Amino acid sequence: MTIVNFTPWTAVLGGSLLGFSALVLLLVSGRIAGISGILAGFLGPKAGDWLWRALFIAGLMVGAALAFTLGWVTVPSLTAPTPVLLLAGLLVGMGAKLGNGCTSGHGICGMGRLSRRSIAATLTFMATGFITVFVLRHLL
Amino acid sequence: MRWIALLCGSLFGLGLALSGMLDPAKVQGFLDISGQWDPSLALVMGSALAVFMPGYFWWVKPRRQSLDGSAFHLSTKQQLEPSLLLGAGLFGIGWGLVGVCPGPAVAMLVTGQASVFWFVAALLIGIKLVCVWQDWQQRQLMAQGS
Repeated sequence: MTIVNFTPWTAVLGGSLLGFSALVLLLVSGRIAGISGILAGFLGPKAGDWLWRALFIAGLMVGAALAFTLGWVTVPSLTAPTPVLLLAGLLVGMGAKLGNGCTSGHGICGMGRLSRRSIAATLTFMATGFITVFVLRHLL
Repeated sequence: MRWIALLCGSLFGLGLALSGMLDPAKVQGFLDISGQWDPSLALVMGSALAVFMPGYFWWVKPRRQSLDGSAFHLSTKQQLEPSLLLGAGLFGIGWGLVGVCPGPAVAMLVTGQASVFWFVAALLIGIKLVCVWQDWQQRQLMAQGS
């Protein structure tokens, strides 16, 4: 193993913002900043439960657009064959719904509350993520 | 207090962008632990936790309701059911395949790349499929119970 492309300062700055945003959302409105959960509720909205989700989702794009237009971050590109994108998207969506959360809900909010379910889920998706990339890059 | 969702969403999107986590190559670089490893994601998650965790235990946990008067929507489940671990396992496979999870996928929609639209479309279909399946299962259980 060799360490490459490590960007510690921007990682700490960006990560702190993620934690701050999740904390403020929970403290002020009682909601968890779990993106897959927000999307799931957005798809099957109950009365009065739709607007905050739409606003958070819009905000994600506003924040990214701000960083791109101010030139703080270069626009990354997602390049993979379409069938792989579709398979990956399907797995991520089904997995997040079935597993009650994703990197944000389990990895930040749940682990931050020391929830054993979130710790178990985070360790599990990290493990299968490591295995998947190992197979992709070193076996195939 | 709806504006808080827009504000927090924007801060979250900005945080994702600044942290480098919108770049699928950086995420896959983190997951490539046995090769050329980029530890940045660990530091992103670590610093997010370093801010969220003390704030949660000091300010959120002692309160009975949030500042706007609504209840805290927190899971009280303790059990590690098979579906939790199966779901997380599948999630990690999809995450590793292209290096994208739901937050970055939604934020990246703003770049207008067709690849991002395909991923997000499949992501939403995946969520919906499991919702439909879970609703169906729930109805079966109710039917058996009555």
